[in-house]
Amino acid sequence: MFEDLRDLYQEVIFDHNRNPRNFRVMADANRQVEGFNPLCGDRLTLFLKIDDHVISDASFQGSGCAISTASVSLMTEIVKGKTEAEADALFKQFHEMTTGKTEKINLEAIGKLAVLAGVREYPARVKCATLAWHTLDAALKNEAQSISTE
Amino acid sequence: MSTFPVEQIRADFPILGETIRNKPLVYLDNAASCQKPQAVIDSIVHTYSHEYANIHRGVHTLSVKATDKFEGAREKVRAFINAASTKEIIFVRGATEAINLVAQSYGKSQLQAGDEIVISAMEHHANIVPWQMLCQQIGAVLKVAPMNQQGELLFDEFEQLLNDKTKLVAITQMSNALGTINPVEKIIATAHARQIPVLLDGAQAIPHMVVDVQALDCDFYVFSGHKLYGPSGTGVLYGKQALLEAMPPYQGGGDMIRQVTFAKTEYAGLPHKFEAGTPAIAEIIGLGAAIDYVTAIGMDNIVAYEAELLDYATQQAEQIKGLNIIGQAAHKGGILSFTLDRIHPHDIGTMLDSLGIAIRAGHHCAMPVMDFYGVPATARASFAMYNTRQEIDVLMQGIKSLIEVFG
Repeated sequence: MFEDLRDLYQEVIFDHNRNPRNFRVMADANRQVEGFNPLCGDRLTLFLKIDDHVISDASFQGSGCAISTASVSLMTEIVKGKTEAEADALFKQFHEMTTGKTEKINLEAIGKLAVLAGVREYPARVKCATLAWHTLDAALKNEAQSISTE
Repeated sequence: MSTFPVEQIRADFPILGETIRNKPLVYLDNAASCQKPQAVIDSIVHTYSHEYANIHRGVHTLSVKATDKFEGAREKVRAFINAASTKEIIFVRGATEAINLVAQSYGKSQLQAGDEIVISAMEHHANIVPWQMLCQQIGAVLKVAPMNQQGELLFDEFEQLLNDKTKLVAITQMSNALGTINPVEKIIATAHARQIPVLLDGAQAIPHMVVDVQALDCDFYVFSGHKLYGPSGTGVLYGKQALLEAMPPYQGGGDMIRQVTFAKTEYAGLPHKFEAGTPAIAEIIGLGAAIDYVTAIGMDNIVAYEAELLDYATQQAEQIKGLNIIGQAAHKGGILSFTLDRIHPHDIGTMLDSLGIAIRAGHHCAMPVMDFYGVPATARASFAMYNTRQEIDVLMQGIKSLIEVFG
């Protein structure tokens, strides 16, 4: 019945929505940033543990739509073990992929995150996918305690 | 239900023939804005094609024609809400501007530090923020009358909020997020017993109820034309003449003056005192056409038909496991706000859109209502006179299917 939506709602997204990974408060986090999308009310708190410029642990709490939950869940998986510079590069690639600035997606670099490329066709939903990454960006810059997508 | 000519009405709304994502459009976002009948579209085309010029200015024929049509629309609005005089009908951009006008003109000139304004827990941001701004400016205090879990105003607690410091009650006639219809007659009588004027936010109520401002005895009534099947950018402030006379202008400019010198300006009389600048001429004439259209169908018929639609939708929704209706007031207009267990309203909105169904997903400009129910957002199907039982069936089937897909 929802054939048209198969690019947007891939099975991986349903899976991460049902069973979000790294969904927990991190007691020993040394970065903690809240992300808020006032348009839809999505709220998440991102926890990072950064040791010597490497993200040794990432987790989150919060509530949002399937796209935003899957996006943050996938993100916490993929950034674990990455350096801050590598995570920042991923943020930029993800942003380009979801906002449609690059036609070709570097699948090798973006890996599993490619399942979220479908939001490009749904301008109203792009922010759902990018909220997690803007929150990560703020956490890496270590500037803000909370960010808003507006 | 069979006597209401819904198919004939549908044929008058060209957009209802559109397909969305290759499916017939099922438009259930009427609480956000209603679609326009051909008569309104034709009116705008006719004005710009044959009768357009600026109003209240020239002696030339077109200006006179446009002015006659524009003032004719004012008379149509007057008759529609049964105001005593066209002097009491102020054209603005929408309900939001009307409330801001009252806050900044009436509020700023009549209220003082320590005075209280009473609103309710179910207000749209448009009936919250202008009062907060006024309170900040003059040191007045905003009080909020609570509601129960069904989304009904707690009348006794509302009444207890009224005291000698209360200088205005501003309340919605029908909640856009919940559908609740407030007991405004009782509210007005109670406030008036204490000489407190009442502003009714009729933005949501106006296409769904018979409104008689003299019978209601409200002091101000505001609504937007776009929710009454009229053009966007049109709105109406009704105010009792004595109150409007005493209020200073909201904006200065052309059309609101009698005489201007650099030393002093004498303001125009009502209603022009509050209509600075060139208004949305063709649109307001179009609003008149919308009122003619609605009047010809008959508001009583519309009320009866929409009540049946809401009953049917509510019955169907109650049978869906995992669907929670938000807002179950005993007296309710055609709004079905709901959540689904474990499925975010934005996902509901996107999935239904892929089936051609337009609903609203979000906070409906009523964040405090969302906070009250502890939800970030709801999905909202809102009905108009051109909706059908079949469309409600399509909606319910869509909801059932997406629940399956999410698993």
